[in-house]
Amino acid sequence: MEELLFGKLTWDSVIIVQEIEDPNLNTFITAGAAAMIPIGGVMIVALLWWLKWWKPLISWVTSVDHKRIGVMYIIFAVIMLFRGVVEGTLMRLHQATAIDGGFLSADHFNQLFTTHGTNMIFFVAMPFLIGLINIAVPLQIGARDVAFPKLNQISLGLTGAGGFLIMISLLIGEYATGGWTGYPSYNGKLVNPGVGPDYWLLSIGLSGIGSTLTGVNFAVTIYKMRAKGMTFMRMPLFTWTALATSILLIFAMPPLTACCAMLGLDRYLDFHFFTNDMGGNLMNFINLFWMFGHPEVYILILPAFGVMSEIAPTFAAKRLYGYKGLVAATMCIAVLSFMVWLHHFFTMGQSTTVNAAFGIATLLIAIPTGVKVYDWLATLWGGRIRFTTPMIYLCGFFILFVLGGFSGVVLANPTLDYQLHNSLFLVAHFHNVILPGTLFGILAAIHYWFPKMFGFRLMESWGRLTAGCWIFGFSVTFLPLYSLGLKGMTRRTVDYTDPSYVPLMIVSGVGSLFLSLAFLFLLVTFWRSIVNRKKLAVPFGDPWDGRTLEWWTPSPAPEYNFAVLPEVHSLDAFTAAKEAGTAYDPVEKYEDIEMPSNTYYGLIIGILVSAFGFGLVWYIWWMVIASFLGCIGTMIAYAFLPQRENIIPAEEVRRIDEAWRREARETQGITRDEESNETNKGLARPDILPSV
Amino acid sequence: MIDLPILLAVADSFLHPIGPVAEEQLKHLNFVMLITLIAIIPPLVATPVILWRFRRKKPTGTYRPNWDSNPILESLMWGVPLIVVILMGISLWKITFRLDPYRELSDAPLKIKVIGLDWKWIFIYPDEKVALVDELIVPEGRAVEMILTTDTVMQSLRISAVVGQIYAMPAMTTKLNFIAAEEGEARGMNTQFTGEGFWKQKFPVYSVTDEQYNKRMEEARKSSLSLTPETYAILAVQGTSEEAKKPLGIADQVGPITLLLPEVNFFERVLARYWANEPMTPETQPGSPDYDPTKSTLPPAPSEPMMKM
Amino acid sequence: MSESKTESLHPGLNLGEEHGEDHLEAETSVFGFWVFMMSDLVTFGMFFIIFASSVTALAGGPGPKELFNLGSVAWQTGFLLLSSLTSGMAVLSLKQEHADTEVPRKKLILWLLLTALLGACFLYREIADFIDMAANGGGPTRSGYLTALWSLVGLHGLHVSGGILWCLVMVVGVMVRGVDRRWKLAILRWAIFWHFLDVVWIAIFTFVFLGGLI
Repeated sequence: MEELLFGKLTWDSVIIVQEIEDPNLNTFITAGAAAMIPIGGVMIVALLWWLKWWKPLISWVTSVDHKRIGVMYIIFAVIMLFRGVVEGTLMRLHQATAIDGGFLSADHFNQLFTTHGTNMIFFVAMPFLIGLINIAVPLQIGARDVAFPKLNQISLGLTGAGGFLIMISLLIGEYATGGWTGYPSYNGKLVNPGVGPDYWLLSIGLSGIGSTLTGVNFAVTIYKMRAKGMTFMRMPLFTWTALATSILLIFAMPPLTACCAMLGLDRYLDFHFFTNDMGGNLMNFINLFWMFGHPEVYILILPAFGVMSEIAPTFAAKRLYGYKGLVAATMCIAVLSFMVWLHHFFTMGQSTTVNAAFGIATLLIAIPTGVKVYDWLATLWGGRIRFTTPMIYLCGFFILFVLGGFSGVVLANPTLDYQLHNSLFLVAHFHNVILPGTLFGILAAIHYWFPKMFGFRLMESWGRLTAGCWIFGFSVTFLPLYSLGLKGMTRRTVDYTDPSYVPLMIVSGVGSLFLSLAFLFLLVTFWRSIVNRKKLAVPFGDPWDGRTLEWWTPSPAPEYNFAVLPEVHSLDAFTAAKEAGTAYDPVEKYEDIEMPSNTYYGLIIGILVSAFGFGLVWYIWWMVIASFLGCIGTMIAYAFLPQRENIIPAEEVRRIDEAWRREARETQGITRDEESNETNKGLARPDILPSV
Repeated sequence: MIDLPILLAVADSFLHPIGPVAEEQLKHLNFVMLITLIAIIPPLVATPVILWRFRRKKPTGTYRPNWDSNPILESLMWGVPLIVVILMGISLWKITFRLDPYRELSDAPLKIKVIGLDWKWIFIYPDEKVALVDELIVPEGRAVEMILTTDTVMQSLRISAVVGQIYAMPAMTTKLNFIAAEEGEARGMNTQFTGEGFWKQKFPVYSVTDEQYNKRMEEARKSSLSLTPETYAILAVQGTSEEAKKPLGIADQVGPITLLLPEVNFFERVLARYWANEPMTPETQPGSPDYDPTKSTLPPAPSEPMMKM
Repeated sequence: MSESKTESLHPGLNLGEEHGEDHLEAETSVFGFWVFMMSDLVTFGMFFIIFASSVTALAGGPGPKELFNLGSVAWQTGFLLLSSLTSGMAVLSLKQEHADTEVPRKKLILWLLLTALLGACFLYREIADFIDMAANGGGPTRSGYLTALWSLVGLHGLHVSGGILWCLVMVVGVMVRGVDRRWKLAILRWAIFWHFLDVVWIAIFTFVFLGGLI
């Protein structure tokens, strides 16, 4: 009877019970982390009740507004980043002391590197980037929302379901230990029959479906919903990279869904996709996984490149250099990213011809990447550079990211990969491109677009300190790993025996403390900015003298984005309007605006899919069936429910918009000298910059 | 956590190679790094220069807000990396073929068959009729060809100072060819994560004179243990080779386990396990938490070759 | 967005300008669905690749010669191809007779139900075949080849089941709510889905069934 109700779940599955029964430092750490979940949950509920924030919360989680969905993705990512940074720091600290045994058990360490990688890629980096794309793209193309707002909400729900699974694994059960790549047959049913690999494949498989749908959504949005006059070659670069990312999502996520499903069939139904025996072939998983995995890393970097393309011109007060070249490079990277996946397993024993061919393809993809970096530097050439927080991240990127590219070129050679594969050199390489590339791009973008979402800037002082701390922390933590990798230290190793590794391990451990500090400073940045939001308010909407359409609307942006959809005649349409003096001219005709209304659809799907995943992990079949039928039922029900829409009457639109335009015409803006002051209300005065 | 002896003065990385393959790899690394610098140095130098010249507060460069293209610069930006990639591509193609791990380095290399287990390696010398556990000994200067498989999950055998690594997988074979040119000791290890004892899966590689090699083989042939399905089943239990000594009945023996090889085709029998068209069960699959050595059997050696990588 | 109401707004059968706003709305909706189908094609592609690499992985078990019933496969192909035709007739009926929602819906519903019925016949034969294969020792757990076979064909069958359910929901929707914009767009998208499944089936019966017996 119990098995029918609870499947494999027992009291012993709960980590806290394990700690009570068998206390030691190792389980204390795990139980402590696990306990944060119920405690955190209770605290959040209490906080919401005390502040009476239930209604706003409901209005947010039922919203289909791309801006709110984007912000929710980012909040989710920040929470998961907290977990990811803690996991990373724990590993670095453990390895700094591992020559004497370290303080973590092998099983704990093995789960840590698995959850760290899985979490950071699927539940930190991707939600951050999808969140930024959500926030910025419809505004940049002059649209009111994405093509399929309800689908957008469902994608968020699915991502949340994946996040739920990886978080609940902290409290109930355990996670996989096979790394974020989860190769069988280690992750197969015979060698690892526990719940860990099931949590792994379900958390990434289910959230992956959400990402595929996001790709579809934004590809259609960018193709079909651009403002009048915005041809492809007049789109901002961030939108171009969002388009490339969407194409990658559409074509690269299915292989992941497929190989997770296949692994699931192997584990649950004794199929023989990847088993050692009966005709299974584990190499198929590896091929499928990396057919996803390589484009995935370009999904992670392309939006960050897009952000750099926005930051450089804005904060150097000049046009982006090489627009056409950047577009071409972006599309080259997108196409080439599907042709290099084998470089993740040069050492698997395939023929030299195959290895050499993929090695050359990998070298080729370095060319457009390099062009992009040169183009951004050329953008700064001839400019007037302001060292705001986003610019500091860009500088860190210039110096550090090229080192990551350097090590990537080294690894592209099969000959060298035979030595360096699976070593800390590899670990250093991918952190070197993800932190200075993806993370710095994300953090720069947060500073850049935060005012557009919330109506006030983030504090520059804390922002710059945070940036410096990330740059320093990254360098101290990861650059030593190159040396260790060359000296032969392997990855995913809980302990080691060579005492010559110790000094650099300690340096790296100290560095990880700076990374933790940097994360803390990030939170402080948010907190102090919220406290000082009145002083930092930028209601006119253009705090940076921006060039693209998203700055041509008040801050925070109204639900419908633009009172009247803009018409563009060139690149950098907003700058053109400001230079012509027509940016805030009165508008003649206002119309009623129809916006989709709130819905519970995404939330319901998110909850049902979470239950579906949890039920599958623990073999609770009634939960699996009920949630699956529930999803079908929900979809059918919503097909019949009347589609309500929110109509904002033309009068109200006129009232708000006319007031904004009138005030903008009548107020004196600021020059860039005042950009970080209280006087910056989001209105830009033409900045007369001397030639030399 | 530490029951492995700390190995000092052991060649462990290809930065100090003791074999021609690793030497060439090191040379290639230097070449690649040098030539890539052509593409890397410009941004590293340009960044501080540009930030200084064009800073807002006291700029020294002309302000050109609308400058957004220059054909010469475009040609250089696309062209120079392209040339670098072409040069590197040619070098990559040639050296990838020259250092193909499957390419035999002489006419009659010493053949060693390797079985990876959790968390130890069995090195079978079919010509010498012995097997060593967690010890690889080769005559210096002699070409060696290793043929690898595992009986658990995917592993990766790496001897950095000599040749690098190759994956080893159950039901399949891979090959690694190398020469240890100098006398000395190197370290080999598994670099593909296989579970809790993964970090312990390291072994010494001894490159010795022919005399010493033959002496070691003689010693090994005096072993009281043979590589039979029963001893193999015990070796396949999860643990290091040290931990395997007690169940094998040689708890007091110092030094690596050595075994006689009554069956030359033992390696093929382990491979054949996955081609026997009988499903593996938790009891018979080494590496599974329910593995039971008493239930583990090996099929007879196959008459025809099976799938090979 | 397009300027004229007469041009073709998306690949496939367009509603046409008589449908007014519905025709314009279809552009984004149907285009989006084509894009989603591309991702589904990749998913099928992955199962195809695995199948292709597993054709020799029989592990001593039964293979195509022992298990395939070409006659049944022929029937299945016939049912599915015919159902593609009837689904096309449904969309034609939608286009020609439903520019407004007042016109009787019988023809549309008839074609939809016929498609669902043919799809059900397809599934019935397919499931019967699967049961036969399992009875002959050809279940999905027998070998890598059979795993790949069952998964690929099974994935297609799951899609067909989904398509039939979708079709029945639309029939109910059209009966209850009339042929309004929502159901028109749904029918257009469903038709793309149904044709897509037909194309995948052609690949399956060519490479899996016919190819297996060569």
